[in-house]
Amino acid sequence: MTATRLHRHILSVADLGRDGLEELLKLTDTFVEVSARAIPKAPALRGKTVVSLFYEDSTRTRLSFETAAKRLSADTMTFSVSSSSVKKGESVRDTVETIEAMGIDALVVRHGSAGVPLRVAGWVHDRVSVINAGDGWHEHPTQALLDCYTIRQHRGGLEGMRIAIVGDVKHSRVARSDVLAYTALGAEVVLVAPPTLLPPSLEGWPVTVSHDLDGVLGSVDVVGLLRMQTERTTEALIPSLREYTAGYGLTRARLDRLDDKVLVMHPGPMNRGVEISADAATSDRAVILDQVRNGVAVRMAVLYLLLGTGALS
Amino acid sequence: MAERERRKTPPYGGVFVARTRVMDGDDVHRALWRMAHEVLERNQGADDVALVGLQTGGVPLARRLAGNLEQIAGDVPPVGTLDVALHRDDIGVRPVLPEEVTDIPFDVDGRTIVLVDDVLFTGRTIRAALDALHHYGRPRAVQLAVMIDRGHRELPIRPDYVGKNLPTRRDEAVDVHDDGVDLGEMLK
Repeated sequence: MTATRLHRHILSVADLGRDGLEELLKLTDTFVEVSARAIPKAPALRGKTVVSLFYEDSTRTRLSFETAAKRLSADTMTFSVSSSSVKKGESVRDTVETIEAMGIDALVVRHGSAGVPLRVAGWVHDRVSVINAGDGWHEHPTQALLDCYTIRQHRGGLEGMRIAIVGDVKHSRVARSDVLAYTALGAEVVLVAPPTLLPPSLEGWPVTVSHDLDGVLGSVDVVGLLRMQTERTTEALIPSLREYTAGYGLTRARLDRLDDKVLVMHPGPMNRGVEISADAATSDRAVILDQVRNGVAVRMAVLYLLLGTGALS
Repeated sequence: MAERERRKTPPYGGVFVARTRVMDGDDVHRALWRMAHEVLERNQGADDVALVGLQTGGVPLARRLAGNLEQIAGDVPPVGTLDVALHRDDIGVRPVLPEEVTDIPFDVDGRTIVLVDDVLFTGRTIRAALDALHHYGRPRAVQLAVMIDRGHRELPIRPDYVGKNLPTRRDEAVDVHDDGVDLGEMLK
Protein backbone atom coordinates (compact mmCIF):
# COMPACT_ATOMS: atom_id res chain seq x y z
CA MET A 1 0.00 0.00 0.00
CA THR A 2 1.44 3.34 -0.92
CA ALA A 3 1.06 6.12 1.57
CA THR A 4 -1.06 8.97 0.36
CA ARG A 5 0.69 12.14 1.30
CA LEU A 6 -1.71 13.55 3.81
CA HIS A 7 -1.24 16.69 5.78
CA ARG A 8 0.71 16.49 8.98
CA HIS A 9 -2.46 17.27 10.92
CA ILE A 10 -6.02 16.01 10.71
CA LEU A 11 -8.26 19.01 11.22
CA SER A 12 -11.11 18.42 8.78
CA VAL A 13 -12.52 15.58 6.72
CA ALA A 14 -12.15 17.90 3.75
CA ASP A 15 -8.35 17.69 4.09
CA LEU A 16 -8.42 13.94 3.59
CA GLY A 17 -10.39 13.63 0.37
CA ARG A 18 -11.70 10.34 -0.95
CA ASP A 19 -8.23 8.76 -1.25
CA GLY A 20 -7.23 9.71 2.28
CA LEU A 21 -10.50 8.41 3.69
CA GLU A 22 -10.20 5.13 1.84
CA GLU A 23 -6.60 4.69 2.89
CA LEU A 24 -7.50 5.24 6.53
CA LEU A 25 -10.45 2.83 6.33
CA LYS A 26 -8.26 0.13 4.77
CA LEU A 27 -5.57 0.70 7.38
CA THR A 28 -8.23 0.41 10.10
CA ASP A 29 -8.76 -3.26 9.12
CA THR A 30 -5.22 -3.94 10.37
CA PHE A 31 -5.92 -2.31 13.71
CA VAL A 32 -9.22 -4.12 14.17
CA GLU A 33 -7.14 -7.29 13.86
CA VAL A 34 -4.52 -5.99 16.32
CA SER A 35 -7.30 -5.23 18.82
CA ALA A 36 -8.52 -8.83 18.57
CA ARG A 37 -5.14 -10.40 19.46
CA ALA A 38 -4.50 -12.13 22.79
CA ILE A 39 -2.19 -9.20 23.57
CA PRO A 40 -3.82 -6.32 21.67
CA LYS A 41 -0.74 -4.19 21.44
CA ALA A 42 1.87 -3.34 18.82
CA PRO A 43 5.16 -1.55 19.46
CA ALA A 44 4.74 0.78 16.48
CA LEU A 45 4.69 4.09 18.37
CA ARG A 46 7.14 3.28 21.14
CA GLY A 47 8.76 6.46 22.42
CA LYS A 48 6.06 8.74 21.03
CA THR A 49 3.96 10.87 23.35
CA VAL A 50 0.33 11.67 22.60
CA VAL A 51 -1.37 14.39 24.64
CA SER A 52 -5.13 14.85 24.91
CA LEU A 53 -5.94 18.51 25.32
CA PHE A 54 -9.63 18.62 26.15
CA TYR A 55 -11.34 21.90 26.90
CA GLU A 56 -14.72 20.19 26.78
CA ASP A 57 -16.08 17.15 28.55
CA SER A 58 -15.76 13.83 26.80
CA THR A 59 -15.96 10.18 27.73
CA ARG A 60 -15.62 8.16 24.59
CA THR A 61 -13.44 10.32 22.40
CA ARG A 62 -10.80 10.95 25.06
CA LEU A 63 -10.71 7.34 26.28
CA SER A 64 -10.80 6.10 22.70
CA PHE A 65 -7.75 8.16 21.68
CA GLU A 66 -5.92 7.12 24.84
CA THR A 67 -6.69 3.46 24.30
CA ALA A 68 -5.59 3.77 20.68
CA ALA A 69 -2.30 5.42 21.65
CA LYS A 70 -1.63 2.83 24.37
CA ARG A 71 -2.33 -0.09 22.04
CA LEU A 72 0.37 1.34 19.78
CA SER A 73 2.73 1.59 22.78
CA ALA A 74 2.80 5.40 22.80
CA ASP A 75 2.88 7.28 26.09
CA THR A 76 -0.18 9.35 26.86
CA MET A 77 -0.83 12.44 28.90
CA THR A 78 -4.19 13.96 29.59
CA PHE A 79 -4.93 17.59 30.10
CA SER A 80 -8.28 18.48 31.51
CA VAL A 81 -9.34 22.01 32.12
CA SER A 82 -10.83 21.49 35.57
CA SER A 83 -7.52 20.51 37.18
CA SER A 84 -5.12 22.74 35.20
CA SER A 85 -3.65 26.21 35.17
CA VAL A 86 -6.47 27.28 32.86
CA LYS A 87 -8.25 27.91 36.14
CA LYS A 88 -5.53 30.48 36.87
CA GLY A 89 -6.15 32.18 33.53
CA GLU A 90 -3.54 30.56 31.27
CA SER A 91 -4.33 31.07 27.58
CA VAL A 92 -4.71 28.24 25.07
CA ARG A 93 -1.54 29.30 23.32
CA ASP A 94 0.55 29.38 26.50
CA THR A 95 -0.86 26.01 27.49
CA VAL A 96 -0.01 24.50 24.10
CA GLU A 97 3.51 25.92 24.10
CA THR A 98 4.10 24.68 27.64
CA ILE A 99 2.97 21.15 26.82
CA GLU A 100 4.92 21.15 23.58
CA ALA A 101 8.10 22.18 25.40
CA MET A 102 7.92 18.92 27.34
CA GLY A 103 8.61 17.09 24.10
CA ILE A 104 5.53 15.54 22.57
CA ASP A 105 4.53 14.13 19.18
CA ALA A 106 0.79 14.65 18.90
CA LEU A 107 -1.88 16.85 20.38
CA VAL A 108 -5.47 15.64 20.33
CA VAL A 109 -7.50 18.81 20.73
CA ARG A 110 -11.12 19.34 21.68
CA HIS A 111 -12.46 22.83 22.25
CA GLY A 112 -15.85 24.50 22.38
CA SER A 113 -14.87 27.00 19.69
CA ALA A 114 -14.57 26.19 16.01
CA GLY A 115 -11.07 26.63 14.62
CA VAL A 116 -9.04 26.12 17.80
CA PRO A 117 -7.28 22.97 16.45
CA LEU A 118 -6.35 24.95 13.32
CA ARG A 119 -4.84 27.72 15.46
CA VAL A 120 -3.01 25.14 17.58
CA ALA A 121 -1.60 23.58 14.40
CA GLY A 122 -0.20 26.99 13.51
CA TRP A 123 1.52 27.35 16.88
CA VAL A 124 3.22 23.97 17.22
CA HIS A 125 6.55 23.11 15.66
CA ASP A 126 7.19 20.86 12.68
CA ARG A 127 7.40 17.58 14.50
CA VAL A 128 4.07 17.79 16.32
CA SER A 129 0.82 16.58 14.75
CA VAL A 130 -2.52 18.06 15.72
CA ILE A 131 -5.70 16.00 15.56
CA ASN A 132 -9.09 17.65 15.82
CA ALA A 133 -11.21 15.77 18.34
CA GLY A 134 -14.15 18.13 17.99
CA ASP A 135 -14.19 21.91 17.70
CA GLY A 136 -17.40 23.78 18.44
CA TRP A 137 -20.01 23.26 15.75
CA HIS A 138 -17.33 22.75 13.11
CA GLU A 139 -15.97 19.20 12.76
CA HIS A 140 -15.14 15.91 14.41
CA PRO A 141 -13.19 14.03 11.73
CA THR A 142 -12.38 10.81 13.59
CA GLN A 143 -16.08 10.38 14.44
CA ALA A 144 -16.87 10.55 10.71
CA LEU A 145 -14.15 7.98 10.01
CA LEU A 146 -15.51 5.53 12.56
CA ASP A 147 -19.05 6.07 11.26
CA CYS A 148 -17.87 5.30 7.72
CA TYR A 149 -15.94 2.27 8.93
CA THR A 150 -18.97 0.94 10.79
CA ILE A 151 -21.20 1.29 7.72
CA ARG A 152 -18.53 -0.32 5.54
CA GLN A 153 -18.20 -3.18 8.03
CA HIS A 154 -21.93 -3.92 7.99
CA ARG A 155 -22.85 -3.03 4.43
CA GLY A 156 -19.62 -3.54 2.48
CA GLY A 157 -19.16 0.09 1.51
CA LEU A 158 -20.79 3.48 1.25
CA GLU A 159 -21.16 3.76 -2.51
CA GLY A 160 -24.86 4.17 -3.34
CA MET A 161 -26.00 4.07 0.30
CA ARG A 162 -28.77 6.45 1.32
CA ILE A 163 -28.08 7.85 4.76
CA ALA A 164 -30.40 9.96 6.91
CA ILE A 165 -28.84 12.28 9.48
CA VAL A 166 -31.60 13.12 11.92
CA GLY A 167 -31.78 15.83 14.55
CA ASP A 168 -29.86 18.86 15.66
CA VAL A 169 -27.72 19.41 12.56
CA LYS A 170 -27.23 23.07 13.38
CA HIS A 171 -25.10 22.51 16.48
CA SER A 172 -23.55 19.24 15.36
CA ARG A 173 -19.90 18.93 14.37
CA VAL A 174 -20.54 15.23 13.85
CA ALA A 175 -23.11 16.03 11.16
CA ARG A 176 -20.70 18.33 9.33
CA SER A 177 -17.91 15.77 9.28
CA ASP A 178 -20.28 12.93 8.44
CA VAL A 179 -21.80 14.77 5.47
CA LEU A 180 -18.33 15.45 4.04
CA ALA A 181 -17.14 11.88 4.54
CA TYR A 182 -20.31 10.07 3.45
CA THR A 183 -20.67 12.07 0.25
CA ALA A 184 -16.96 11.84 -0.56
CA LEU A 185 -17.32 8.05 -0.42
CA GLY A 186 -20.31 8.03 -2.75
CA ALA A 187 -23.28 7.95 -0.39
CA GLU A 188 -26.38 10.11 -0.65
CA VAL A 189 -27.26 12.11 2.46
CA VAL A 190 -30.63 13.43 3.56
CA LEU A 191 -30.80 15.74 6.57
CA VAL A 192 -33.97 15.39 8.62
CA ALA A 193 -34.66 18.11 11.16
CA PRO A 194 -37.07 20.88 12.06
CA PRO A 195 -36.10 24.11 10.22
CA THR A 196 -34.88 25.67 13.48
CA LEU A 197 -32.30 22.92 13.96
CA LEU A 198 -30.78 23.26 10.50
CA PRO A 199 -27.92 25.68 9.75
CA PRO A 200 -29.13 29.06 8.45
CA SER A 201 -27.69 28.23 5.03
CA LEU A 202 -27.07 24.86 3.43
CA GLU A 203 -25.64 26.37 0.28
CA GLY A 204 -22.93 24.13 -1.11
CA TRP A 205 -23.86 21.17 1.09
CA PRO A 206 -24.26 18.08 -1.14
CA VAL A 207 -27.43 16.99 0.67
CA THR A 208 -31.20 16.99 0.44
CA VAL A 209 -33.38 18.17 3.31
CA SER A 210 -36.60 16.81 4.73
CA HIS A 211 -38.80 17.74 7.65
CA ASP A 212 -40.71 14.47 7.52
CA LEU A 213 -38.89 11.60 9.23
CA ASP A 214 -41.67 9.08 8.53
CA GLY A 215 -41.49 9.88 4.82
CA VAL A 216 -37.73 9.28 4.76
CA LEU A 217 -37.41 6.11 6.85
CA GLY A 218 -38.79 3.82 4.15
CA SER A 219 -36.03 4.66 1.67
CA VAL A 220 -32.81 4.76 3.70
CA ASP A 221 -30.05 2.26 4.49
CA VAL A 222 -28.71 4.05 7.55
CA VAL A 223 -30.36 6.24 10.19
CA GLY A 224 -27.80 8.36 12.01
CA LEU A 225 -29.29 10.11 15.00
CA LEU A 226 -27.80 13.22 16.55
CA ARG A 227 -27.86 14.12 20.20
CA MET A 228 -30.15 16.92 21.29
CA GLN A 229 -27.49 19.21 22.70
CA THR A 230 -29.33 20.49 25.73
CA GLU A 231 -26.13 22.18 26.99
CA ARG A 232 -25.76 24.23 23.81
CA THR A 233 -29.33 25.12 22.93
CA THR A 234 -30.15 28.08 25.10
CA GLU A 235 -32.46 29.50 22.47
CA ALA A 236 -36.00 28.21 22.16
CA LEU A 237 -35.57 26.19 18.96
CA ILE A 238 -38.15 23.52 19.64
CA PRO A 239 -41.44 23.79 21.51
CA SER A 240 -40.55 20.95 23.88
CA LEU A 241 -38.48 17.79 23.94
CA ARG A 242 -41.65 15.75 23.90
CA GLU A 243 -42.80 17.45 20.72
CA TYR A 244 -39.34 16.90 19.20
CA THR A 245 -39.53 13.19 20.00
CA ALA A 246 -42.98 12.94 18.43
CA GLY A 247 -41.69 14.44 15.16
CA TYR A 248 -38.04 13.37 14.96
CA GLY A 249 -37.28 10.75 17.59
CA LEU A 250 -36.61 7.12 16.64
CA THR A 251 -39.49 5.77 18.67
CA ARG A 252 -40.51 2.15 19.05
CA ALA A 253 -43.23 2.60 16.43
CA ARG A 254 -40.76 4.02 13.88
CA LEU A 255 -38.21 1.32 14.70
CA ASP A 256 -40.79 -1.37 13.94
CA ARG A 257 -41.37 0.06 10.48
CA LEU A 258 -37.68 -0.02 9.53
CA ASP A 259 -36.37 -2.71 7.20
CA ASP A 260 -34.23 -5.33 8.97
CA LYS A 261 -31.10 -4.25 7.12
CA VAL A 262 -31.24 -0.60 8.19
CA LEU A 263 -28.45 0.43 10.54
CA VAL A 264 -29.25 2.67 13.50
CA MET A 265 -26.30 4.82 14.56
CA HIS A 266 -25.70 7.36 17.29
CA PRO A 267 -22.42 9.13 18.14
CA GLY A 268 -23.27 9.20 21.87
CA PRO A 269 -23.92 10.20 24.51
CA MET A 270 -27.55 9.24 23.98
CA ASN A 271 -30.55 10.97 25.44
CA ARG A 272 -32.69 7.86 25.70
CA GLY A 273 -36.32 8.72 25.26
CA VAL A 274 -35.54 11.92 23.34
CA GLU A 275 -33.84 11.33 19.97
CA ILE A 276 -33.71 7.57 20.42
CA SER A 277 -35.97 5.24 22.35
CA ALA A 278 -34.50 2.61 24.64
CA ASP A 279 -35.88 -0.08 22.30
CA ALA A 280 -34.11 1.43 19.31
CA ALA A 281 -30.83 1.82 21.19
CA THR A 282 -30.75 -1.87 22.12
CA SER A 283 -32.31 -3.33 18.96
CA ASP A 284 -30.47 -5.63 16.56
CA ARG A 285 -30.28 -2.81 14.06
CA ALA A 286 -28.34 -0.55 16.44
CA VAL A 287 -24.59 -0.57 15.79
CA ILE A 288 -23.81 2.02 18.45
CA LEU A 289 -21.34 -0.13 20.39
CA ASP A 290 -19.69 -1.21 17.12
CA GLN A 291 -19.10 2.50 16.53
CA VAL A 292 -17.31 2.74 19.87
CA ARG A 293 -15.24 -0.40 19.18
CA ASN A 294 -14.30 0.77 15.71
CA GLY A 295 -13.46 4.20 17.10
CA VAL A 296 -10.39 2.78 18.82
CA ALA A 297 -9.16 1.07 15.65
CA VAL A 298 -9.81 4.15 13.49
CA ARG A 299 -7.85 6.33 15.91
CA MET A 300 -5.01 3.80 15.90
CA ALA A 301 -4.93 4.14 12.12
CA VAL A 302 -4.89 7.94 12.36
CA LEU A 303 -2.12 7.99 14.97
CA TYR A 304 -0.08 5.40 13.08
CA LEU A 305 -0.39 7.24 9.80
CA LEU A 306 0.56 10.57 11.35
CA LEU A 307 3.30 9.41 13.73
CA GLY A 308 4.44 5.99 12.60
CA THR A 309 4.95 5.95 8.89
CA GLY A 310 7.10 8.98 8.42
CA ALA A 311 5.14 9.27 5.19
CA LEU A 312 3.54 12.53 6.14
CA SER A 313 6.47 14.78 6.93
CA MET B 1 11.00 -9.31 0.64
CA ALA B 2 8.86 -9.61 -2.45
CA GLU B 3 9.59 -7.44 -5.41
CA ARG B 4 6.14 -5.89 -5.19
CA GLU B 5 6.75 -4.77 -1.61
CA ARG B 6 10.17 -3.33 -2.41
CA ARG B 7 8.75 -1.32 -5.23
CA LYS B 8 6.24 0.25 -2.92
CA THR B 9 8.46 1.11 0.00
CA PRO B 10 10.74 4.01 -0.80
CA PRO B 11 13.63 4.67 -0.26
CA TYR B 12 14.25 0.99 -0.99
CA GLY B 13 11.86 1.16 -3.91
CA GLY B 14 12.71 0.93 -7.54
CA VAL B 15 12.28 -1.48 -10.37
CA PHE B 16 13.73 -4.95 -10.13
CA VAL B 17 15.91 -5.93 -13.07
CA ALA B 18 16.71 -9.63 -13.26
CA ARG B 19 20.25 -10.65 -14.27
CA THR B 20 20.47 -14.36 -13.51
CA ARG B 21 17.87 -17.06 -13.07
CA VAL B 22 19.14 -18.95 -10.00
CA MET B 23 16.23 -21.40 -9.61
CA ASP B 24 13.58 -22.28 -12.15
CA GLY B 25 10.03 -23.33 -11.33
CA ASP B 26 10.99 -27.02 -11.09
CA ASP B 27 13.84 -26.22 -8.69
CA VAL B 28 11.45 -24.35 -6.40
CA HIS B 29 8.95 -27.20 -6.68
CA ARG B 30 11.56 -29.78 -5.67
CA ALA B 31 12.93 -27.59 -2.87
CA LEU B 32 9.44 -27.27 -1.39
CA TRP B 33 9.03 -31.07 -1.43
CA ARG B 34 12.38 -31.53 0.30
CA MET B 35 11.52 -28.86 2.88
CA ALA B 36 8.18 -30.54 3.58
CA HIS B 37 9.99 -33.82 4.30
CA GLU B 38 12.46 -32.01 6.52
CA VAL B 39 9.63 -30.41 8.51
CA LEU B 40 8.10 -33.84 9.06
CA GLU B 41 11.43 -35.45 9.97
CA ARG B 42 12.36 -32.71 12.42
CA ASN B 43 8.94 -32.67 14.14
CA GLN B 44 8.19 -36.41 13.89
CA GLY B 45 5.07 -35.68 11.86
CA ALA B 46 2.97 -32.58 11.48
CA ASP B 47 0.44 -33.03 14.28
CA ASP B 48 1.14 -29.83 16.18
CA VAL B 49 2.70 -27.92 13.32
CA ALA B 50 1.17 -24.75 11.89
CA LEU B 51 2.59 -22.59 9.10
CA VAL B 52 2.65 -18.81 9.12
CA GLY B 53 3.53 -17.08 5.85
CA LEU B 54 5.01 -13.60 6.07
CA GLN B 55 3.32 -10.97 3.92
CA THR B 56 3.67 -10.80 1.10
CA GLY B 57 6.31 -13.15 -0.37
CA GLY B 58 6.01 -15.90 2.24
CA VAL B 59 2.27 -16.43 1.90
CA PRO B 60 2.14 -18.42 -1.36
CA LEU B 61 5.14 -20.48 -0.27
CA ALA B 62 3.44 -21.32 3.04
CA ARG B 63 0.34 -22.49 1.18
CA ARG B 64 2.38 -24.68 -1.17
CA LEU B 65 4.36 -26.13 1.73
CA ALA B 66 1.09 -26.91 3.53
CA GLY B 67 -0.20 -28.65 0.41
CA ASN B 68 2.94 -30.81 0.28
CA LEU B 69 2.65 -31.68 3.97
CA GLU B 70 -0.94 -32.75 3.41
CA GLN B 71 0.05 -35.04 0.56
CA ILE B 72 2.84 -36.69 2.55
CA ALA B 73 1.30 -36.85 6.03
CA GLY B 74 -2.42 -36.87 5.23
CA ASP B 75 -3.51 -33.85 7.23
CA VAL B 76 -3.30 -30.26 6.07
CA PRO B 77 -1.65 -28.12 8.75
CA PRO B 78 -3.29 -24.79 9.66
CA VAL B 79 -1.91 -21.86 7.66
CA GLY B 80 -1.89 -18.25 8.80
CA THR B 81 -0.50 -15.03 7.39
CA LEU B 82 1.38 -12.36 9.27
CA ASP B 83 2.13 -8.76 8.36
CA VAL B 84 4.99 -7.54 10.53
CA ALA B 85 4.86 -3.85 9.55
CA LEU B 86 3.76 -2.66 13.00
CA HIS B 87 6.58 -4.59 14.68
CA ARG B 88 9.47 -3.46 12.48
CA ASP B 89 12.39 -1.59 13.99
CA ASP B 90 12.64 0.86 11.12
CA ILE B 91 9.26 2.56 11.67
CA GLY B 92 9.94 6.25 11.40
CA VAL B 93 13.12 5.59 9.39
CA ARG B 94 11.18 4.76 6.26
CA PRO B 95 7.46 4.61 5.48
CA VAL B 96 6.13 1.25 6.59
CA LEU B 97 2.50 0.47 5.95
CA PRO B 98 0.86 -2.90 6.44
CA GLU B 99 0.13 -4.61 3.12
CA GLU B 100 -2.53 -7.00 4.29
CA VAL B 101 -4.46 -7.79 7.45
CA THR B 102 -2.82 -10.47 9.56
CA ASP B 103 -4.85 -13.68 9.76
CA ILE B 104 -3.92 -16.36 12.28
CA PRO B 105 -7.06 -18.54 12.46
CA PHE B 106 -5.75 -21.02 15.01
CA ASP B 107 -4.54 -21.13 18.61
CA VAL B 108 -0.80 -20.45 18.73
CA ASP B 109 -0.36 -21.75 22.30
CA GLY B 110 1.58 -24.98 22.45
CA ARG B 111 2.02 -25.38 18.69
CA THR B 112 5.17 -25.56 16.66
CA ILE B 113 5.02 -22.61 14.31
CA VAL B 114 6.98 -22.68 11.07
CA LEU B 115 7.48 -19.13 9.81
CA VAL B 116 7.75 -19.07 6.03
CA ASP B 117 9.34 -16.29 3.99
CA ASP B 118 10.75 -16.00 0.52
CA VAL B 119 14.14 -14.40 1.19
CA LEU B 120 16.19 -14.28 4.41
CA PHE B 121 18.50 -11.26 4.36
CA THR B 122 19.26 -9.10 7.42
CA GLY B 123 16.95 -11.07 9.71
CA ARG B 124 15.07 -7.96 10.78
CA THR B 125 11.76 -9.10 9.29
CA ILE B 126 12.05 -12.37 11.20
CA ARG B 127 12.83 -10.52 14.44
CA ALA B 128 9.67 -8.46 13.89
CA ALA B 129 7.71 -11.64 13.12
CA LEU B 130 8.90 -13.31 16.35
CA ASP B 131 7.81 -10.22 18.26
CA ALA B 132 4.41 -10.14 16.55
CA LEU B 133 3.85 -13.88 17.00
CA HIS B 134 4.12 -13.66 20.77
CA HIS B 135 1.16 -11.30 20.82
CA TYR B 136 -1.00 -14.25 19.76
CA GLY B 137 0.18 -16.72 22.39
CA ARG B 138 3.13 -18.85 23.42
CA PRO B 139 4.20 -21.32 20.73
CA ARG B 140 5.98 -24.49 21.84
CA ALA B 141 8.67 -23.74 19.30
CA VAL B 142 9.21 -21.47 16.32
CA GLN B 143 11.09 -22.65 13.23
CA LEU B 144 12.00 -20.76 10.08
CA ALA B 145 11.67 -21.87 6.46
CA VAL B 146 12.95 -19.68 3.61
CA MET B 147 13.31 -20.29 -0.09
CA ILE B 148 16.53 -18.23 -0.33
CA ASP B 149 19.12 -17.50 2.33
CA ARG B 150 21.18 -14.70 0.84
CA GLY B 151 23.41 -13.96 3.86
CA HIS B 152 24.27 -10.52 5.33
CA ARG B 153 22.57 -11.20 8.65
CA GLU B 154 22.44 -8.28 11.08
CA LEU B 155 20.85 -10.28 13.91
CA PRO B 156 21.52 -13.73 15.43
CA ILE B 157 18.85 -15.51 13.37
CA ARG B 158 19.28 -18.68 11.31
CA PRO B 159 16.84 -20.66 9.20
CA ASP B 160 15.82 -24.27 9.90
CA TYR B 161 14.76 -25.11 6.35
CA VAL B 162 16.38 -23.52 3.28
CA GLY B 163 15.48 -23.87 -0.38
CA LYS B 164 18.84 -22.57 -1.56
CA ASN B 165 21.81 -20.79 -0.04
CA LEU B 166 22.65 -17.97 -2.42
CA PRO B 167 25.78 -15.87 -1.87
CA THR B 168 24.98 -12.28 -2.85
CA ARG B 169 26.39 -8.82 -2.72
CA ARG B 170 24.59 -6.47 -0.37
CA ASP B 171 23.48 -4.22 -3.23
CA GLU B 172 21.96 -7.06 -5.23
CA ALA B 173 18.29 -8.00 -5.03
CA VAL B 174 16.55 -11.38 -5.08
CA ASP B 175 13.06 -11.92 -6.45
CA VAL B 176 11.11 -15.09 -5.71
CA HIS B 177 8.08 -15.52 -7.98
CA ASP B 178 5.88 -18.23 -9.44
CA ASP B 179 8.32 -19.26 -12.17
CA GLY B 180 11.46 -19.36 -10.03
CA VAL B 181 14.04 -17.14 -8.41
CA ASP B 182 16.00 -14.31 -10.05
CA LEU B 183 19.10 -12.47 -8.90
CA GLY B 184 19.44 -8.91 -10.10
CA GLU B 185 19.43 -5.27 -9.07
CA MET B 186 16.93 -2.67 -8.02
CA LEU B 187 17.07 0.35 -10.31
CA LYS B 188 16.11 3.50 -8.43
